Amino acid sequence: MSDDRVSYVYAVGKRGPALESAATIGAAASGHRGLRTVCEGGLGALVSSVPAEQFTEEGVKYQLESLDQLEVIARAHHAVVAAAWEHTTVLPMRLATVFLDDARVADMLRERAHDLARLLEQLEGHVEWGVKVYADPGAAPTTAAAPVATVSVGSSPGRDYLRQRRARRQAHEQALRAADAVAARVAGAAREVASAGVEHRPQQDGPVSAGQGENVANYAFLVPSEHTARFQRAVRSQAADAAGVRIEITGPWAPYSFATTDAHDGSPTEDNDGR
Amino acid sequence: MDVEPTVPGAPVRDADTALVGRHVALIDLLDRLLAGGVVLTGDLVLSIADVDLVRINLRAVIESITDGTVGGWEP
Repeated sequence: MSDDRVSYVYAVGKRGPALESAATIGAAASGHRGLRTVCEGGLGALVSSVPAEQFTEEGVKYQLESLDQLEVIARAHHAVVAAAWEHTTVLPMRLATVFLDDARVADMLRERAHDLARLLEQLEGHVEWGVKVYADPGAAPTTAAAPVATVSVGSSPGRDYLRQRRARRQAHEQALRAADAVAARVAGAAREVASAGVEHRPQQDGPVSAGQGENVANYAFLVPSEHTARFQRAVRSQAADAAGVRIEITGPWAPYSFATTDAHDGSPTEDNDGR
Repeated sequence: MDVEPTVPGAPVRDADTALVGRHVALIDLLDRLLAGGVVLTGDLVLSIADVDLVRINLRAVIESITDGTVGGWEP
């Protein structure tokens, strides 16, 4: 086992007392006692030393081979970012951004100073909210479909079964249509309040499955902090009269979904970095 | 409805201090951590920074997330 350490960057913010206290708070929240700032020019990065062997290509692959290990990395990253974000505006870095040492981190801050400062400015005073829209037929008051289950004259078990299945399928399709409509309205209503929005891929059933029902839309919105209440009202009201549709709001988040050069509203998609 | 058992290791703080105190669902976190965040080319593991992240066993999970960000609004 080697003692080599490398520098893991969680987030970048404006250099100053707020960032310093963010490092202190972040250290407490995450248990990374070595969390520190590496400053260069007007910027500072929140950095901790991690074992080099865990962050070689092999090491990272190994760490990501199980969901449990991925969760450990993800939550450690988030703990620092979220704690810092409470203190000051920071740009979250992509998971597992690692440099050989602090000097290389400083190099990066110098090289990217312009981009980073501009992004920081755009995100200042904003929070990210997640909005997910679900089709959840179980939640629908099954209006006409329900009585079908009772035995009626001239029915056979087989026919009843088919009829029930059809009714279920119809309820599901109805809920999907309703959810799509709600999702479109949510996007419209959110746009009036939010500064920007992106759409993540809907969450599918799986090992880290989401909520009940079928997720038809998975949005993230960048909202000026002072408009939080208005934003939530605007979003929630869109599902008020829709049976079988559920809206879930998550957040507030540090602006992960908007700390990218290409996702931000209004900034031209200047570089297509090969994705 | 979004009350889930707290995951060990999840930071716990005063619930009023909005961000940190709240339990965050892993899937919502992965949506953001694997598709969002500033991409810098680090010294090690270049592929990581670039979301090559995981072509490994978590394929289904990860792909469903990383292919994710479909784009923003048109201004």
